[in-house]
Amino acid sequence: MMDATVSTTASGPTWIQDKLFLGMTFKDYRRSNYTIFNAVVVLILAVGIPVIIYRLAYGLGPSTNLSDNNPWGIWIGFDMLCGVALAAGGFVIGTAVHLMGMKEYGFLFRPAVLTGFLGYLFAIIALTFDLGRYYRLPYPMVVSWGVSSVLFLVAWHVALYLTCQFVEWCPAIWEWLNLTRLRRIFIKATLGATIFGVCLSMLHQSALGSIFLLMPEKLHPLWYSEYIPLWFFMSAVIGGLAMTIIESMASHRIFSHQVKNHDPDHLDRVTLGLGKATSVALFAYFFMKVIGLAHGNNWHYLDTGYGYWYLVEVIGFVFIPAMALMYAIQNNRVRMVRGWAIVAALGIVLNRLNHSIIAFNWHLSWQDRYVPHWMEVVLTITVVTIGVLTFRWIMNRMPILYDHPDFEPEKH
Amino acid sequence: MDADRRTFLRVLTGAGIAAALGAPDPASADVASLPGYPNQFGVLVDTTVCIGCRRCEWACKEWNKLPNQRPLKEYEKDQNVFLQRRRTHADTFTVVNRFENPLDRSKPIYVKKQCMHCYEPGCASSCFVKAFTKQPVGAVTYDASLCVGCRYCMAACPFDIPAYEYDNAFTPQVTKCTFCFDRIAKEGGVPACVGICPVETMTFGRRTDLIDLAHKKIRDNPGRYVNHVYGEREVGGTSWMYLSAVPFNMIGFRTDLGSVPIPTMSKPFLSLVSPVFIVIPALCMGLYSFKKRRDRLAEEDVKKALERKEGK
Repeated sequence: MMDATVSTTASGPTWIQDKLFLGMTFKDYRRSNYTIFNAVVVLILAVGIPVIIYRLAYGLGPSTNLSDNNPWGIWIGFDMLCGVALAAGGFVIGTAVHLMGMKEYGFLFRPAVLTGFLGYLFAIIALTFDLGRYYRLPYPMVVSWGVSSVLFLVAWHVALYLTCQFVEWCPAIWEWLNLTRLRRIFIKATLGATIFGVCLSMLHQSALGSIFLLMPEKLHPLWYSEYIPLWFFMSAVIGGLAMTIIESMASHRIFSHQVKNHDPDHLDRVTLGLGKATSVALFAYFFMKVIGLAHGNNWHYLDTGYGYWYLVEVIGFVFIPAMALMYAIQNNRVRMVRGWAIVAALGIVLNRLNHSIIAFNWHLSWQDRYVPHWMEVVLTITVVTIGVLTFRWIMNRMPILYDHPDFEPEKH
Repeated sequence: MDADRRTFLRVLTGAGIAAALGAPDPASADVASLPGYPNQFGVLVDTTVCIGCRRCEWACKEWNKLPNQRPLKEYEKDQNVFLQRRRTHADTFTVVNRFENPLDRSKPIYVKKQCMHCYEPGCASSCFVKAFTKQPVGAVTYDASLCVGCRYCMAACPFDIPAYEYDNAFTPQVTKCTFCFDRIAKEGGVPACVGICPVETMTFGRRTDLIDLAHKKIRDNPGRYVNHVYGEREVGGTSWMYLSAVPFNMIGFRTDLGSVPIPTMSKPFLSLVSPVFIVIPALCMGLYSFKKRRDRLAEEDVKKALERKEGK
């Protein structure tokens, strides 16, 4: 599948062959899918899909380690919190390209929006497995408004932002399907969607942290602070930037055949720019964390087990990456930027897990604490795998990395 | 005395119902702007009186028709449950725990645990479909027909009260003490647990009166209680309150909760929503118009340069 090129042959393949089977006959297409990567995928799905069915049929009790004391596990802490934070690239790049006019970064917009859209979509899909009555997912929109809840804000903003990102991504779909008029309408809507998306992102990224504002007595003081909204927003910016670096590196390697005039130097230049932004954001975030620590006067907690863990997060995954990225940029070391971007992204994952699981319920004894059930882990891996599959399916068919030859490129 | 109390209660209940009917529709009252219900009921639990018979647990299950009910006698006999510290559970709205008494080892302290029915409940402010309502009579009630099952209420409860029916695959509910809302909303009704208690550990009445009673008890019995009515100020005040002979952290209560209501914690953030939607689009449009202008100037420069070249 990876080797296939997107091309329309002269013999005239049918619409289905052209759009779905990458211009191949079904037989060829099937054969092209016999790859090691796909074998691994099949293995994951063979375990994961029965787990999903088991969760739906038998409920949360047998399929998770959730309890009355630990109502939230990795489906919230990882799938939702990390998924949304790492999908912030769409709004960060959208702001840079469409509002600040950084034309150099224009080619990153579509992949970033696609990553963002899928990140949100699959975070919501994972969330539905966590909800006790998942079939009531639209209730906060249509049945009853709990306006005093931070989660109400999150629900609405995530839903609206998903729509925004869909609108931003639509031109690629219409190009794929050769729908010129629709494409024109949606391209006009991009600016509005971007601005609306910035507002929504600022609020729901910080709101995901503000969820924990109601739990001063359960979250460890090193992580609980009135600055949580600010921390979550800033770290989401870091997550978005770092993921854009990682994603552009990966897709320009895996899908390089799609990019006709691929200029590695241009990608390197842009990566250095993104690395610089990540470094600045990391420094800003580091100082916000220090101010929060000082404001809460929580210094004495640093010399405890949780304190050392906190330092691992804040020094090891925020301060050191910030310094390393700065060094890499000044010495034009692109590979180093990419490596430390991965560390920064892992730091965001660690931070979200700390907030939701590791430093949460810290007052409880160890036997009352939460450790994920293997099915929770498998379901998470399955949802991520399906997300990656969807990403690949779209990348192979739609003009995400390259400009569609039949259309005038989007102006940024 | 008894007759007096009954009329007193009747008057109270009458006032409660009048408040329920006359006051703005409680369902539409926002948690963020709770007017406060001055006539709400409460219960004062005197932990120095409780004998640990667990009849209240039995009566609670009986009235709420909870699963795994056993005969009353087994509750009184079974001492093994005290070996572990228990919490509320999907099939148990209230539990009695035993604590060692540092003052007199032969007399352990028994503490009943159930929903505290906060003045401004964290669960209600956490719920994104408003399934929780602070009723004018004091009860915090839960409407399962709205619940999506996100379990934020469980995380947001400072007393770790709401439990979840994890083993119910299709229609799981959050479960917690209802303050016997269906009983106390009726004239003269008292919660099932209060009604069955053989030693009058619990006193049901108007919350304001109970606070007076609690302080009077402390004043009149020097040395019997610590000078603290748990629930009077904790997280903004709760309908259920406790008296104790020993500091409350020794009998399973958290004494680090502070007196700020839980909903207050997220209010500053929620008030940011409208400013963001006003300020950010304006900033964005500003940025965008700068960008447009820059592009136009650059284009003009190119055009001029080309003209100059051609002119030569």
